[in-house]
This record gives sequence, C-alpha cells and structure tokens, in this order.
Amino acid sequence: MGTWIDFILERYNYWIVIVLMMIGLYTVFARGNLVKKVVGLNLFQTSVFIFYITIGKIAGGTAPIYMGGELDHGGGHGEGAGDDHGVEAGHRAAEIGEHEPVDDEFVLSPPETGDTIDTPSSDHTVDEASLGESGSYVVPTSGADLHSKVENTVASNDLKAALEELGPRDSMDVGSSLHDVSVADANKVSNDALSEIAKPEELGFSLSGDQVDTTVHGAADAAHSVGEIIYTNPLPHVLILTAIVVGVATTAVGLALSVRIREAYGTIEEDELEALDDVAEFGESETAGGAA
Amino acid sequence: MSLIAQLPVLPVIIPLFLAPITLLLPKGRAPHLWATMVSWLTFAVCAWLLSEVSDVGVISYALGDWAPPLGIEYRVDLANALVLVLVSGLAAVVFPFAYRSVQLEIDETQSPFFYGALLICMTGLLGVTITGDAFNVFVFLEISSLSTYALIAMGARRDRRALTASFNYLVMGTIGATFFVIGIGLLYQATGTLNMADLHDRLIGQDNRMIEAGFAFILVGIGLKLAMFPMHLWLPNAYAYAPSAVTAFVAATATKVAVYVIIRFFFSVFNFDFAFIGAAFTYVLLPLGLAGMFIASLAAVFQEDVKRMLAYSSVAQIGYMLLGLSFATVEGLTASLVHVFNHALMKGALFMAVACVVLRAGSHSIHAFEGLAKRMPFTTWAFLISGLSLIGVPLTVGFISKWYLLEAAFAAGHWYAGFLIVASSLIALVYIGRVAEVMLLREPATDGRYAIPAKDAPLSMLIPMWVLVAANIYFGVRTDLTGGLAERAAAALMTVAGGTP
Repeated sequence: MGTWIDFILERYNYWIVIVLMMIGLYTVFARGNLVKKVVGLNLFQTSVFIFYITIGKIAGGTAPIYMGGELDHGGGHGEGAGDDHGVEAGHRAAEIGEHEPVDDEFVLSPPETGDTIDTPSSDHTVDEASLGESGSYVVPTSGADLHSKVENTVASNDLKAALEELGPRDSMDVGSSLHDVSVADANKVSNDALSEIAKPEELGFSLSGDQVDTTVHGAADAAHSVGEIIYTNPLPHVLILTAIVVGVATTAVGLALSVRIREAYGTIEEDELEALDDVAEFGESETAGGAA
Repeated sequence: MSLIAQLPVLPVIIPLFLAPITLLLPKGRAPHLWATMVSWLTFAVCAWLLSEVSDVGVISYALGDWAPPLGIEYRVDLANALVLVLVSGLAAVVFPFAYRSVQLEIDETQSPFFYGALLICMTGLLGVTITGDAFNVFVFLEISSLSTYALIAMGARRDRRALTASFNYLVMGTIGATFFVIGIGLLYQATGTLNMADLHDRLIGQDNRMIEAGFAFILVGIGLKLAMFPMHLWLPNAYAYAPSAVTAFVAATATKVAVYVIIRFFFSVFNFDFAFIGAAFTYVLLPLGLAGMFIASLAAVFQEDVKRMLAYSSVAQIGYMLLGLSFATVEGLTASLVHVFNHALMKGALFMAVACVVLRAGSHSIHAFEGLAKRMPFTTWAFLISGLSLIGVPLTVGFISKWYLLEAAFAAGHWYAGFLIVASSLIALVYIGRVAEVMLLREPATDGRYAIPAKDAPLSMLIPMWVLVAANIYFGVRTDLTGGLAERAAAALMTVAGGTP
C-alpha cells in the first residue's frame, strides 16, 4: 500500500502532466464554446510544457547560467579549466554549450573526465573537498600540472560558494546527479529515475561506485567541490520556450478566428454554428437543384 | 563562405527573410510579383540542391556552424531533395497563377498579408523537409500550419464556412502538433539527443515502453497533420472553403510533406529492429491506408461540390501512399515517394482548373461545370487530363504511381492489396467521370446563377495550369526521372533502416 503511494507521490509531476493533459483534451472535445475550446487547447499544451520541464529538471541543479569565465574554452576541455580565470565571478565554470544533453553531462566537469572524477557520492568527501581543496574542476587526463594550475587560479570564495551550494543539501546532490546520469544511460531514464532519486545510496553507487580514482586523489578531490555545481538541463527549457511561442501564436490565431466567427455568424457555440452551416448547405443545394 | 557551402540553408532563408517585405509593398500587383520572384528563386536553389545531392550524395549543413549532434543540422539526401523540389516547384507554378484568382476572392487590402502568409507557409514546408533535427520539424510544421490557418480563413470573404473550417483545422492541427512534441520529448528523454541521425544511433537496442509511447505519439500526431484516414475530418472543409489558389498549393504540398515526415521517422529515426515498427506497418498503416482508399473515394462520389470531392479524393490518395509504405520494402517505399511526387502534380493541376472555373462561374459546385467544354475548353481539358492521371490512365503520372504500387504489392505478397488498388481506382473513375460527363455532355446554362460567359480563363492562369498538366504527361512518359530518383532514395532510406524486417 505504502509503495503505491510512494510510487504516485514520487512521480507527482508526471501525474500533473497527465491530469492536465486529460482535462485539456476533454475540454477541447466536450465543450461547444469556441473560446473554451481554445482554453482547453492551452491547458493541453501547458501539460506538455510541464512535461518538458520535468525532463530538464535535475534535483538540486541550479539554473544553467554561466557566471563569468572564458566562454571560448570549448576546444580543449582540460586547458579551458586551467586558465579559467573568470573564477572571480563565481563558480559557474562550465560553458553551457559544452554541456548540451548530448554530452550527457551537466556536472561541471568536462565530459571526458566524467568517469574519473568522483561524483558527489558521499557527504564526507564533499565536505573534505570543499574545505581542503580549492574549488575547480580538474581534468585528470590532462595531468597533475594542470591540477596545480587550477588550484592556483581558483579563488577561495569560489570554494565558499561551492560549499554553500553543497552544504544544505548534500544528500540531495547524490540524487541530483543521478538524473543526468540517467540521461546518459537511456534505459534508466524512464520512470526509474525518479524512484532512484528516492534512494540516494543506490544512486550514488550506480553513479560512481567504483569510479573513485585513488591515484589521482588530489585531482579528484578538487574536482569534487566544483563537480557539485550541477546545472539543470538547459535544452528542454529552450525547447519549451519555443513551444510556448508556438502555443501563444496558436491561441492568438484561435481567438482571432473566434472573433471573426462571431462577426460572421453571431455566435460562437459550436452546435448553433453547425445548424447555421447545415441551413446554408441545405438551402444552397436546394436552389442549385432548382437551377439544374 | 562560398555560396555552394551555404546552399542547404538557402531554401529556408530566402523565403523566410523575403516574406515580411511583402507587407511593406503597396497593395495590389507588387506583393504578388515579389512572392512569385521569391518562389522562382527558391525553386532554382532547390533544383540546384537536388542536382548537387544527386552527384555528391548526402549533404550535411551545420546551422550557425554548430557541429551536428549539438547544433541543428540540415541534412539533404535524395528523398528530401525530391520533396524540396516538389514543394518549391509547385510554389513556383501556383504563385504566378494565383493573381487573378486572389484578386477575385480576397480583399485587395489583404493582398500583402496573403502573399506574405503564402511565402511563410512555403518556408515552413521546406523547413520541415530539409531539417535533420526532430524538434526543428515541429517548429517548421507549426510555422506552415499557422500560416495555413490564416490562409484558409481568408476564404471567408466568399463563404463564411471557411472560418469554422479553419478553426476546426486549428484545433486538430494543434492537437496533432502537440502529440508530436510529446513524442519527441519522450525520445529525447530516452536518448538525450534531438538530431535525427544521432537519435537513430542511440535508439538502437532500446526497446522499451517509453520508445513505444514516443513512437505512438509521433505517429498519431503526424497522422492528424497528414489526414490519415480516420483523422481526416478537418481536411474536406478546409480545402473546400479556402481560397482556390491556397487549396491548389496546400493540397499539393502540405500533406505530402507530412507523408515525408512519416517516412523519415519510420526509416531514418526508428529502424526495423523495433517490433512495433513492423506492427505499425501491418496493423495501422496497411488497414488504414486501404480503408482510406475506399471510404474516402466513396465519399467523394457523393459530393455536390467539386472542390470537396477532390479533397476527399486527396484523403484516398494519401491511403495509397501509406499503403506503399506499409509494405516495408524498397519497392513499396519507391511507390510511395513516386506517388507523393505525382499526386502533387495531378492535384495541383485539378485544383487550379477548379480555380479557373471559380473565376468565371463564381462557384465550385458541380452545376457550375455544366457544359464547360463549350465555354472554357482549355480549362476543361486540363481538368480532364489531370483527372485521367488521377484515375491512372497510361501515359500519365497516375499510371506510373499505380504501376509501382501494384508491383510492390505483388512483390510483398499482398496480392489482395493489388486488387483493392485497382478497385479503388475504378471509384476514382466514377467521381471524375461524373464531372467529365457534366462538362462534356451537358448544355451550358444560359441564364441563372451558373451561367458562364464563353470566355476561358486568362493566360496568367492557363499557362501555369498547363505547365502542370504537361508535367503530368512528361513525367508519365519519362518514368526514369522520378522513378529512378525515388528508387535510389528508397534504397538509401532502406539501408539506414536496416533492410526488410
């Protein structure tokens, strides 16, 4: 019984989507008033917006806004991380473009390094990392020199920011990165993702279980603190902005048509319109028959 | 930055950026000339693109120089190059044709908006065809649909039912488009990508409920847009009450582009490893295609209104295209592509002939066609030749379509489908024959509301119409042009999809 309730509650956003969608579709089909139909259409579209937002949401992720740093480090990931002196602006070191969903990485660390970097799986390492190391993302593949460079450039306030971010919801973070992992691992994406979020240990395990790289320990630790900064997936938001524009345009055209229909027919009730059209058609074909 | 490197983006950029300029032009002749010029330019670019693709193979263009899986990719292969040429070619023929017809049917003050919307509609259709990005398909689909709603509603000046027809289309079209977006969302959630080629790669080996649901949403969504048989209810009224020139353009292109999208998703995004693709072919497309062929054809026979009759006939013809697809063989896909192309030629010519009659007789009721042969011989014969093409008489494109379809049906072992194709062609003979009888054998009305002056349509309409009629015959004789291209396109699509299931 309890599992059923959990099952429903954990997916509450999907339920909202489905309920809204059904209300919208029902309104479109069941209501005779054209304006109500347009409203129903709107509800239906809104449910899809919520669906897309659900796709993009990563629990614990912040808004995908890049705060300073060089924008053009797209080519060499490791180097980009190293000479990222824009840190003064903050900890949002990842260029959004680099973290498009295709990369399956919304964690700050550059995509290739994803497997060696210890993703925020355990609370104590996170604290340790953020306290003891400078917050930056380090690319283990590019070696230790890079790491030191990173350490030097990253200001301490960066760390603080990272800490603040991580602090209050360290356990959540484990779950948060799950979601993007599941984006990467398509099979998990489905509905399992949400339920997995509910069980952080399992999540952490699946994420980084054996990924803790002891040899590059320093680098990994450093990576922790910045790795914590998790962005929600920006792409669905962009898509939904487009879809909202389309939805607004559709509503505008629909309402404009309703106005014109009222001007032409004097009503916007569908059954009355149909009756008027029938009369027109009937009358027309009768006179036509007469002419023939 | 050579022009050739930028070629794939031009079919969308040219009309998109030149369309708003029509609003700045003085009303009257200028917007029409501008739109015609733009359509010819676009057609030239599309034809160039087709010859490039035919020579060098698939062209991939990264929009804004963002590399494909991340950025939006325009991907041109033979299949969509063919559809591009089709859409822009029909635009290039219908736009010059439109002037007199539009002058009669639309308020002159609206003419800049009308031609602007027409260009935007073309942009949307070309965009749907050329893009390699699944979400981009939705955006362009809505660009073309929104302008089509407006264009259909402009028919209200002659008949207020255009407004309700447009509203119904808007509701159905929006539901269809939204279903399509849900499907894309599910696929995105499963794969993390929107690029079609990338989707194809990442979907391999994934066979779960989510993909199935995504596929179902896409199929139903596009099904609504293309008026697949039980979802066709918006189409007859929309086509019947739209301004004649709009009907000629939209009927010839919009549903064809939707068929292309179905083909693209079936063959290039999904592949035959998915059990549900085979099921969709056998249990959805095949029976619905057959049902559409018959029920819509029968409905066409009983229409009093020639435009409505041709609209029902369009629903039936879409049935043929879906039938060809559902065989899931290279032959079947070739037949579908050939019919997409050929049906656009014949329906374009038929609706243009109706537009000429509307210009002179002021009505598209079948009574307006009485004794037409004596009043408007050129229009009559254009209608008859393209009508014969619709039935599938040898030496016309319709025959080629039917031939490919029959061949594919027998090769795929669906012999009964072969007989049904012939049987439904006979129904087409009935409804075209009915109009032919009225046109050729009845005496023209001398007074009353359907009396027509003995004056054929103006040359500005006759020439484009006869260009299409000539195309009906030319491509019916030179079968290697369309057939050969379609066959290569079909073979390429089939390779991506992984051969026969």
